[in-house]
Amino acid sequence: MTATLPRAGAVPVASVKRRGRAPGLLAVLPLLVFTAIAFGLPALAMLNGAFTVKDQATGAASYTAQNMTASLQGPYLIALLGSVKLSAVSAGIATVLGLLLAQAVVTSRFRALREAVLTASGVLANFGGVPLAFAFVATLGNSGVLTQHLGLKDKGWDLYGFSGLTLVYLYFLIPLMVLTITPALEGLRVQWREAAQNNGASQAQYWRHVALPVLTPSLLGGFVLLFGSAFAAYATAAAMVGSSVPLVTLQIADALSGNVLVGQENVALALSLDMVLVAGLVMAVYLPLQRRSARWLA
Amino acid sequence: MARLNLWRWGVLGLAGLYFLVPLAASVVFSVDVNGRITFDAYSSIVGTGGFVTSLLLSLELAVATIAVVLLLMVPATVALRLGASRLRPVVEVVCSLPLVVPPIAFVAGISTVLKWGPEYLSRTPFFQTIVAIQNPDFPVVLVLAYVVMALPFVYRALDAGLRAIDVRTLVEAARSCGASRSQALFQAVLPNLRGALLNASFLTLALVLGEYTVAQLLGFQPFAVWIVNISGSQAQMSVAVAVLSLLVTWALLLALTVFGGRSRTVSSRG
Repeated sequence: MTATLPRAGAVPVASVKRRGRAPGLLAVLPLLVFTAIAFGLPALAMLNGAFTVKDQATGAASYTAQNMTASLQGPYLIALLGSVKLSAVSAGIATVLGLLLAQAVVTSRFRALREAVLTASGVLANFGGVPLAFAFVATLGNSGVLTQHLGLKDKGWDLYGFSGLTLVYLYFLIPLMVLTITPALEGLRVQWREAAQNNGASQAQYWRHVALPVLTPSLLGGFVLLFGSAFAAYATAAAMVGSSVPLVTLQIADALSGNVLVGQENVALALSLDMVLVAGLVMAVYLPLQRRSARWLA
Repeated sequence: MARLNLWRWGVLGLAGLYFLVPLAASVVFSVDVNGRITFDAYSSIVGTGGFVTSLLLSLELAVATIAVVLLLMVPATVALRLGASRLRPVVEVVCSLPLVVPPIAFVAGISTVLKWGPEYLSRTPFFQTIVAIQNPDFPVVLVLAYVVMALPFVYRALDAGLRAIDVRTLVEAARSCGASRSQALFQAVLPNLRGALLNASFLTLALVLGEYTVAQLLGFQPFAVWIVNISGSQAQMSVAVAVLSLLVTWALLLALTVFGGRSRTVSSRG
């Protein structure tokens, strides 16, 4: 989608450029100032707080790595690992199921079905948070409709645990995967399949040697994006399980509300910094993969 | 071929079940009292304490956020097309940064900044500012946070809209017909951007209406926080409100798809 319209002649462009520079900066400046205050200030405060500890007796602040160390120990480490595990498992399942669903839709002959599924995915991928949690509580919670009618409780079902959260997260992760992978599946040319078949390849061989290698960057990129999305999710988990499952977002919220040991007031900020580092890592992996997969979609 | 179709319909059927059952069950849950169907949970919503104030607060926050984010982003993105393209990487990075900082980490930073008020600034005019932006009737600090959180979506929506039109030629044509700079912007560029502006506004609206993390941790009570707060005492009504808010959000997002073509919006916030 990078088709550029023909530009105006060279001379007017140059003159507009010269006149346009100062107003250009002027137009961008408010945005930069705003983000410096509304985003930069909290970010710096977090960074600063993550490395400061306040002396109880004197009230003097000093720089230390104590918070960061504390954030990687005990219950905080368990929470961090819990978040990573939950995000990895749900992102992994969503990647596979999203691929299957997208493939079923892309190869369908019914255009209306495709459009409907893609529109619904756009809506559902943006649907997280509180209403999602309540929908699942009403369905599979302790007094949920399905729990009661199917007697799931006697069979040991518990929504408010690890597997329950995974099931709920899939609700917005699968649509996100469908949206991410559909352009790549549409980029698989029919000719490639035909060429493989002409050379005597079976269906499985086509997928193993042609389709999956082409799709790998997109699949990995999608997985990483899903991981980041699940890792950052807070509202769904908070509204559903309270703090019975160890997750880093729930620990931060808990610590922000003052439930910390003396001398660890800033551990919430250190945990936040941990999260930013993970999210930054996710982006650092995702962006090159996205560029690589974009090669096949031209 | 038959086997392939069977496989396809199996996948689609299972997906349909997974995505529709929770919605259907929520509706059943909210109308079923001991086997009797009643719509009390829905009809008593409006009379419940806090519903109107929290909904109004959410809507006011949404309007303010949309206004601020468009005021900031429209001039900036248009300028990028009009010769300030050297600033493009800067704007792109600024608008992607919120994706690297999860909302919960962002709110941890915000609450630290707000704590500076009583701790260090109590004798300066800054203190008054910090108190003023936390006014519970209209917490400006939430607008600031939501604008930052909306930047990535708004940038993507506006950039896609601007890519589809030749801004420079439009402006030059308007200018050579005697229009002033602002006339060129308001009467030539913006009307051509209507789809992108709507797209950006709808996404921001959906974001603000559903936002829970920042508001809850800063101690304000817009709509999403109110639903959670009543869920303890009135489980059925909280599900009823959740169903309604879902329907409203989906209607908004579907309207967006109709107005703005096929939606491929990818959010990264759960």
